Amino acid sequence: MGTMLRVFLLLLSLLSITAPAFSLYEDQVGLADWHQKYIGKVKDAVFHTQKTGRKRVVVSTEENVIASLDLRHGEIFWRHVLGPNDAIDGIDIAMGKYVITLSSEGSILRAWNLPDGQMVWEAFLQGPHSSKSSLLVPASLKVDKDNVILAFGKGCLHAVSGIHGEILWKKDLEAESFEIQHMIQTSGSDLIHLVGFVGSSQFDSYTIDAKSGELLKHDSAAIPGGYSGQASLVSSSTLVVMDSAGSTVTTISFQDGKVTFSQTPVSTLIEDFVGKAKLLALKLEGVFAVKTGTHTTFVRVTVEGKLEVVDKINHATAVSDVLEISENRQAFAFVHRRSNGIDLTVKLGADWNHDLLKESIKMDQERGSVQKVYINNYIRTDRSHGFRALIVMEDHSLLLVQQGAVVWSREDALASVIDVKTSELPVEKKGVSVAKVEESLFEWLQGHVLKLKGTLMLASPDDMAAIQSLRLKASGKSKMTRDHNGFRKLLIVLTKAGKVFALHTGDGRIVWSRLLNSLRQSETCENPTGLNLFPWHVPHHHALDENPSALVVSRCGPSDDALGLLSFVDTYTGKELSSSSLDHSVVQVIPLPFMDSTEQRLHLLIDASGQAHLYPKTSDALGVFRPELTNVYWYSVEAETGIIKGYALKEKASDDYSFDTRGIWSIVFPSESEKIIKTSTRKLNEVVHTQAKVVADQDAMFKYISKNLLFVATVAPKASGDIGSSTPEESWLIVYLIDTITGRILHRMTHHGAQGPVEAVVSENWVIYHYFNLRAHKYEMSVIEIYDQSRADNKDVWKLILGKHNLTSPVSSYSRPEIMTRSQSYFFTHSVKSIAVTSTAKGITSKQLLIGTVGDQVLALDKRFLDPRRSVNPTQAEKEEGIIPLTDSLPIIPQSYITHALKVEGLRGIETVPAKLESTTLIFAYGVDLFFTRFAPSRTYDSLTEDFSYALLLLTIVALVAAIFITWILSEKKELRDKWR
Amino acid sequence: MASIARWRPALLILLLQFFLLVRSPVLAISPGSVDGYTINGRIKIPVAKGFGAPVKISNVKVILNGGQNVTFLRPDGYFSFHNVPAGTHLIEVSATGYFFSPVRVDVSARFPGKVQAALTENRRGLTELVLEPLREEYYYEIREPFSIMSLVKSPMGLMIGFMLVVVFLMPKLMENMDPEEMKRAQEEMRNQGIPSLSNFLQPAAAAATARSG
Repeated sequence: MGTMLRVFLLLLSLLSITAPAFSLYEDQVGLADWHQKYIGKVKDAVFHTQKTGRKRVVVSTEENVIASLDLRHGEIFWRHVLGPNDAIDGIDIAMGKYVITLSSEGSILRAWNLPDGQMVWEAFLQGPHSSKSSLLVPASLKVDKDNVILAFGKGCLHAVSGIHGEILWKKDLEAESFEIQHMIQTSGSDLIHLVGFVGSSQFDSYTIDAKSGELLKHDSAAIPGGYSGQASLVSSSTLVVMDSAGSTVTTISFQDGKVTFSQTPVSTLIEDFVGKAKLLALKLEGVFAVKTGTHTTFVRVTVEGKLEVVDKINHATAVSDVLEISENRQAFAFVHRRSNGIDLTVKLGADWNHDLLKESIKMDQERGSVQKVYINNYIRTDRSHGFRALIVMEDHSLLLVQQGAVVWSREDALASVIDVKTSELPVEKKGVSVAKVEESLFEWLQGHVLKLKGTLMLASPDDMAAIQSLRLKASGKSKMTRDHNGFRKLLIVLTKAGKVFALHTGDGRIVWSRLLNSLRQSETCENPTGLNLFPWHVPHHHALDENPSALVVSRCGPSDDALGLLSFVDTYTGKELSSSSLDHSVVQVIPLPFMDSTEQRLHLLIDASGQAHLYPKTSDALGVFRPELTNVYWYSVEAETGIIKGYALKEKASDDYSFDTRGIWSIVFPSESEKIIKTSTRKLNEVVHTQAKVVADQDAMFKYISKNLLFVATVAPKASGDIGSSTPEESWLIVYLIDTITGRILHRMTHHGAQGPVEAVVSENWVIYHYFNLRAHKYEMSVIEIYDQSRADNKDVWKLILGKHNLTSPVSSYSRPEIMTRSQSYFFTHSVKSIAVTSTAKGITSKQLLIGTVGDQVLALDKRFLDPRRSVNPTQAEKEEGIIPLTDSLPIIPQSYITHALKVEGLRGIETVPAKLESTTLIFAYGVDLFFTRFAPSRTYDSLTEDFSYALLLLTIVALVAAIFITWILSEKKELRDKWR
Repeated sequence: MASIARWRPALLILLLQFFLLVRSPVLAISPGSVDGYTINGRIKIPVAKGFGAPVKISNVKVILNGGQNVTFLRPDGYFSFHNVPAGTHLIEVSATGYFFSPVRVDVSARFPGKVQAALTENRRGLTELVLEPLREEYYYEIREPFSIMSLVKSPMGLMIGFMLVVVFLMPKLMENMDPEEMKRAQEEMRNQGIPSLSNFLQPAAAAATARSG
């Protein structure tokens, strides 16, 4: 009997360990994870509505995405994310079936099949020097029954066959630095005109035969007054340019081989004109548009070359390209914003006094100014023209407007996430019980019977759908309150557009979004860019009725010395509480572990001159901070000069809230042999459960745990380029572990024949980094673990008894303990875009690495695979400890891709947030797409999974009870029989 | 051809032959302009026989040197990288549902057009740049179809099984027991003051002792 029981127990234990750490059944997709697809800010759009069938618009974006969108709903039909260096310069539709893209500064021309996005051909255009690029798809130009696509790039004009992508002819314009402005096809002829500028003062015009590529004519002339880079084509032989001062308009006429200029000061066109005028890109016959301040003026060029003002609009306006609605009738649209919406006006080019369409569209939220408009027409049932407009707003959102209403909108700012933080949801209020019984017992049982059917694979597809919806309903995952497990949170996301979003972790919906006023373009701040998000005010248990807030740090330009901006956002409502522009720059933000009496977190902002500024600027905060002044240290990394410096604060302050700093240490890397390519530190909020690590044979090792550990990777300057640009002999990778308080180099290691790019992650007492091994021509991942030797003696029992141990000595950042490092390298198959590590609430759960691969998937890899103590033949004791026998490469198990069959296109970062439940961590991966999932690195050992079948449990109990009664009755009978016998 | 045979991985020639055979405009490497070469290759994906939907060829990306260049496949599976400098490069293929080994490609400057390619995963040399997946990848666990065994193997099933064994097998065992020994055992039990339930459930009593022992 005893053996039977043992077998039973063994079976039970076996069952619990056979499944891999992360695994998902196909029907569980979407239960704990969500995936959202975006495209980014639209750069250019082309409509395709002529044919019957699906109406679509093809767009190219700033995130190097080309996508085909459904005009009815705004969904993505197909999408391609091009490489990071492959910016799209032009798109068009050729022959009604191909989408043509010109990218990489005019060197790659691709054709994509319009219905399904399959690439049809690719042509590589070469030229002597880089230049502006331009794409022209002539409607009716044929060479040997083949449509010709003209692409200008790298100083050459190429004619490419539309069917095969072969280069038909190539014309080198031979003029250095010829900047193309326009490529014009004169209607009805095979002549192509190229107009552009050389430098800032010379105008050039080329006439080329499109069939043969023969240069027929070349005119050039110096422009009086210079050229600002803005030009507008008003007819096939007239170009209007703005001079470099922005005060004079020059009309260039280049007909019949003669180039004539006529200059008109802007002030004669526009009264009370001051400042700089700008030309808007408008391709309307005979009309150009000038933007001065907030006004837009439309000016007509008469046949004689005279200029006359046609219209003036007192708003910032976006103007669309011209749309040919019927023969010789051109329409164009302009859009400007009102207080709570936008005005769309469509006009006929020839007739200014008559509006084809004038609509006011209400918008329910702030989207900033209108940036771009694209119009398209359709024939209404009464044969009149209707118009739809695709509008790109300042917050990078894309709207389709038709019949006075927004048909659909896309929040494409989410394709450019800069920083992510989480915020807790409000606590459930008393009286509003969310956990109330929403269904009767019968329904509950029915649901569980369904689930049971599902687990027993007896369910029909209908049942499966019912189960799925039940699961979603039962989990209550999209509620707006906190849950016990801490799965429901708000993801606060800062985007490049200056818009902040709050996404619900349950289903990924946008709870609120706010275009920050401080992050919008203004006179004082030309080019604001967001830098970071920080939790500013996180209310504690006694102040839970207050809303938490977040701090958005940004600066006015891309350079380090641009002035900083601060903005405070309520994370429940999205309201911008306050904002301030700073009188200093922001290079680094140090969140301090202190709070003032109102529970605002203290932050130290370091400016470009090395001054530290304390925020919030209250005497209260200063009072908290002053005693801790001597304990604040930080470091700076100057990658260009190869210097890492450590700083401390000086006691004496120049002004109440700003402090002088002094350098305390510096590490200079020899610039001829080392170049810093990567630095990495531990996450500030990481929790470590224990310092001791029990190894085999009841031995213990003490982890060296320091928050001030900095990982630095340097490579040989020759090997700092891409793979393939250097040989193994001339490349090396050196990694350092530096203590940022004392500047002590804890460890240094050289990998010969290795090069970047390096991706690294630091956690607890270890660093894992990924680099390229040129000798093996494979990627490698190395691990370094650091142990504190000064505490190693504490294992001696006698010392403990006699009190000669140093366990009670405080852990100090100033101490210089003896350390021991262990490291090991393993091959890894893929290129890596980003590495993160799981983080849990108490740090007890074992860790898994999250590797964002080049295929835009996220792979979970157990840290145990990257244990430096792995050996070929682990001893029995080591095996019990969980050491895996050594292999030369890391395994890639398809089931451990946490993104399963999805891709996070353009993956840039992976953020992990601990849930309240110790076993679980929340993972948010962002790029062009967003992906969120819940992940248990050592499986959910502390809660039942959602799949747990209560019905089966009930059934078993019932069966057991029944069995007891049956046996009881049987035994009674037997006893009776025995007695009778 | 003798001289060609001495060129160990004479890929160019092989592909030239290939070119002549199928009249396809593809060479593995062709000298381009002054500053670069062109790498041409092909990706062959077998018709999906296993799980999931067949991969769409339009969603396959080919990546040079970890993201320096990204290109897509033409309908016939061909791809090319232009303007690649001489050196040793790495090509990776990203196709959902398939595992491709990265490929090491040597572009020689001294012998224009000479190229060597090898899979980095298993160090297998390639005579022509035709990449095939090493294996299919299925990202989900496969639900076991319903079987009695899976039910029996579940903890609940084991419990029920145990019960059944006790109910139906134990009496048989008891019958084979020597009646005197049985009596002695029962006697012992009574003396030990086993809970009264064991009096009713005499067949189960043996099991109870086994559990306590």
